Amino acid sequence: MRQPPTESSPAPVGPARPTPLDPTALRREFPILEHPVHGRRLAYLDNAATTQKPREVLAALEHHYSTQCSNVHRGVHYLSQKATDAFEAARVTIARFVGAADPREIVFVRGTTEAINLVAGTFGRSRIGEGDEVLITGLEHHSNIVPWQMLVQERRARLVVAPVRDDGSVALADVAERIGPRTRLVAVTHISNALGTVLPIRDIVEAAHGRGVAVLVDGAQAVGHQRVDVRALGCDFYCFSGHKMYGPTGIGVLYGRLDRLEDMPPWQGGGDMIESVSFERSTWNRVPHKFEAGTPDIAGAIGLAAAAGFLRGLDPERVAAHERGILSAATAALEEIPGIRILGQAPEKSGVVSFLLDGVHPHDIGTVLDLEGVAIRAGHHCAQPVMQRFGVPATARASFGVYNGTDDIDALVGGLRRVRELFC
Amino acid sequence: MSDLRDLYQEVILDHSKRPRNHRRPEQFDASAEGHNPLCGDRLTVFLKVADGVLTEVAFEGQGCAISTASASMMTEALRGRTVDEARALFERFHRSVTEASASDEELGKLAAFEGVREFPVRVKCATLAWHTLRAAIEASAKTVSTE
Repeated sequence: MRQPPTESSPAPVGPARPTPLDPTALRREFPILEHPVHGRRLAYLDNAATTQKPREVLAALEHHYSTQCSNVHRGVHYLSQKATDAFEAARVTIARFVGAADPREIVFVRGTTEAINLVAGTFGRSRIGEGDEVLITGLEHHSNIVPWQMLVQERRARLVVAPVRDDGSVALADVAERIGPRTRLVAVTHISNALGTVLPIRDIVEAAHGRGVAVLVDGAQAVGHQRVDVRALGCDFYCFSGHKMYGPTGIGVLYGRLDRLEDMPPWQGGGDMIESVSFERSTWNRVPHKFEAGTPDIAGAIGLAAAAGFLRGLDPERVAAHERGILSAATAALEEIPGIRILGQAPEKSGVVSFLLDGVHPHDIGTVLDLEGVAIRAGHHCAQPVMQRFGVPATARASFGVYNGTDDIDALVGGLRRVRELFC
Repeated sequence: MSDLRDLYQEVILDHSKRPRNHRRPEQFDASAEGHNPLCGDRLTVFLKVADGVLTEVAFEGQGCAISTASASMMTEALRGRTVDEARALFERFHRSVTEASASDEELGKLAAFEGVREFPVRVKCATLAWHTLRAAIEASAKTVSTE
C-alpha cells in the first residue's frame, strides 16, 4: 500500500528531494479556511472546481483598487500610467511563470473556456474548412468539446475523438493514429478534471507537429499543480484559468506562440484591439492587444500575477510532490472502505480522485460530507462523455491543493463512514 | 446547523433502499420522462387512469436517495386519487419543500421531505418525480382529448 511521504520514509534515489510543503502553515494563508462550515473545520477538497485565495492575492486586489485603479492603455494621467504598468507587469510575470518566450504571447481572457473559444473563433474559423478534422480526446471537459463541435458544424468539418482506456488513460498511439491529412488541430486536456489523468502532452505535440498539425492544450487543471513550461511542451496554444491556481475568478490566459497569434484574425471587436478606426475601414492593434477588446479585467490580471508569485514562492515541484503524496494517501484510505470504487487509475495522475460507493448516489455522498464539513464535488464534472464512457451518471470527486493535509483525508474518510452507516 | 437526520429521515431511507412500485407496468395509459441535468438522473413515471382516477402509478430509473424515495412515496400517495387531487397534491408538496411554512397535515408521510428546503440544491431531487408526474398527467389528458 502506498503511503504519503513521511520523515521516516527511506530517502528516494535520485536528485535531492525538495523540502515538503507544510499544509498546516499554508492553511493559515487562506482566510476562508478559518471559517467553520456547519460547525466543523472545513476540509476543502473541491480544488479542481476552484481553489481558495491566499492573503497575498487578496492584498494585491485591494492594493490595486485602493491605490492605482484606473483604465489601462488610455489615459495620460498618473493613475492610468500606474495601472497600465501594473497590468503589463502582470503579463510579464505570467509569461515567465509558464515559460513563454515573449510577454506578447500572453493574452488575458476570462478563463480557459474563453481562451478555447477565442482559438476556435480565430485560428479555427480561418483554418478549418469542409471535410477538415479537429482531434480531441474522450477525457475533455465540455469547454474543450463544445466550441469545436460548434465550429465543425458551421464548417461541415468533423470532430474526431481519441478513446479513453479502461484505467482512464489516453494512449499516445490512440491519439497519434488519428492525426491524418485532414487534421487541422489537436485539442487536448493536460490533466483530466474528472479523473486526474495526466496526458503525455509533449509526445502528442511531437506526433502532431511531425504532421504539421497545431496543438491546443487545456491546462486548467495543470497550472496550479505542477510546473508548466509551454516551450518545453512545445504546444501552439495553452489555456488556463486564474481561479484554479489560487487567483481571482474572471481572469484567465491564452498562451499562443507568437507566429500563431500574428497569423490569426482578431476575435471580438471594440476598443483597445484597433490601431485606427474609420467608417470605411479599421486596422488592428498588435498582438496581444488585438485579442483584448474592451477594458480588461485589470485587477484580475494583477491578482493572477500575485497568485503566480505565491506558487513560484512555494516552488511548483514541491507543490506537485505534495499533491502526489496526498493523492496516494487518499487513494489508499479510500481503497480500505468497503464498496468504494475509484474511477481512473492511470499510471500518471494528478491530485484528483473520482469515486463511487456501491448503492449510494454521489449527490447523497456530497450532502452528507458537506454536513461533516467536507467539501467535494458530486456530479458529472462538466465531462458527461467521461461519465458515459464508464457507464455512470455521476461520481464523487475529491481534488487537492497546497493547503490539504492528512487531516483533510481523515475528515473525508470519517465522512464516508458516516455515509455508509446511513445508507449501507 | 441542519442535521443529517432532518434530511434523511427513516422513512426516506427506507423508500430509497426499497422503492415501491419501481417497475415498468406491462400496460399503461400515459408516461413521461424526467431528467435532472445537474446530476444526470433520469426517471420515467407510468400512469393507469380510469374515469379520472389514478389506478396505478409506477416509476422506473435510478437516482439519489431523495429522488428515489420521493418517487416511491409519490406512487403510494397517489394511487386511487383523482387526477385533480394529484395536481393539488403536487402543489402542496412543492410548497412544502420550497417554502418555510407550518407543516401541512394533508401531506401525511410526504411531510418527511420538508427537511429538503434547508438544502436548496436538493429540491430538484425531491420534485423530479412530481414534475414528471405532472407531465404524464398532461400527456394522458392529451391522449384522452384526441380520442
